[in-house]
Amino acid sequence: MWKFIHKLASPPHFYGLAAKIIPWFFLPGLILIFYGLYGGLLLAPPDYQQGDAFRIIYVHVPSAYLSLMAYSIMAISAGIGLIWRLKLAHAVAAAAAPIGAWFTFLALATGSIWGRPMWGTWWEWGDPRLTSELVMLFLYFGYMALRGAIDDTAKADRASAVLALVGAVNVPIIHFSVEWWSSLHQGPTLMKKGGPAMDAAMLYPLLAMILGFTLIFGALLLRRVRTEVLYRERRTRWVRHLVLSSAVEKK
Amino acid sequence: MMELLSMGGYGAYVWSCFVLTAIVIAICEWRARARHRQVYRDIEVRVKALGDNG
Repeated sequence: MWKFIHKLASPPHFYGLAAKIIPWFFLPGLILIFYGLYGGLLLAPPDYQQGDAFRIIYVHVPSAYLSLMAYSIMAISAGIGLIWRLKLAHAVAAAAAPIGAWFTFLALATGSIWGRPMWGTWWEWGDPRLTSELVMLFLYFGYMALRGAIDDTAKADRASAVLALVGAVNVPIIHFSVEWWSSLHQGPTLMKKGGPAMDAAMLYPLLAMILGFTLIFGALLLRRVRTEVLYRERRTRWVRHLVLSSAVEKK
Repeated sequence: MMELLSMGGYGAYVWSCFVLTAIVIAICEWRARARHRQVYRDIEVRVKALGDNG
């Protein structure tokens, strides 16, 4: 088992493998998203309370879910990197941050646009769900700024890992905020007792969008980890050989 | 068609969310590719400058 993990985590092996895997995430992800768009925008009936505005759920929920998923991956990888000194884990953490920040921005922006017609406001300071999600955006920014400020990669890995782990407290706070405090934000629709509270015609496109977004996220993450690995290994023999051997055929 | 665009009066809200999401995902993909090209090129330049002695 350990041998297998070490082989998988060996930079040249990972670099080659990731390039092969990326399309297997990307293409099925796109197909699922197209199905989700078709089902969500054309087939699903309007909501009895929110009318057609409810359709924003098809981009808002996957984005919000991924914003949390990306942070969890970042914090867990950073923790693994700290404890077991696995360089690949630090590369994963560093790669997850910018993607997570973009999805957090999307969750906030689409939520705000949804809030305008439904709650009558773009933003509500003091609302626990909205504020804790905004705090996460700043945590991502802080993480990236800290990395950018330290030239030595190993030091940047350790310092930013501590920040990522401390900030991880925010993840359950965001998730449970709508249950712990009163919030403008509606409660959970999918992850609640008794199963999802949604009609199948609305639910399946949403599940397709969530899975599709996750696969696209996976492809983005693999692409960025691959770049991180290449950068970290830039002075090694295998990278030199890689660049020299592909100078003719280009990559 | 008009019905789909108007989204029962919520068209501006619904479509701006979908368009924004598409743009952001496209940016993510483009930035990831651009970063890879940049890192790769920097290494290429350095390796070639070093020649066979690197």
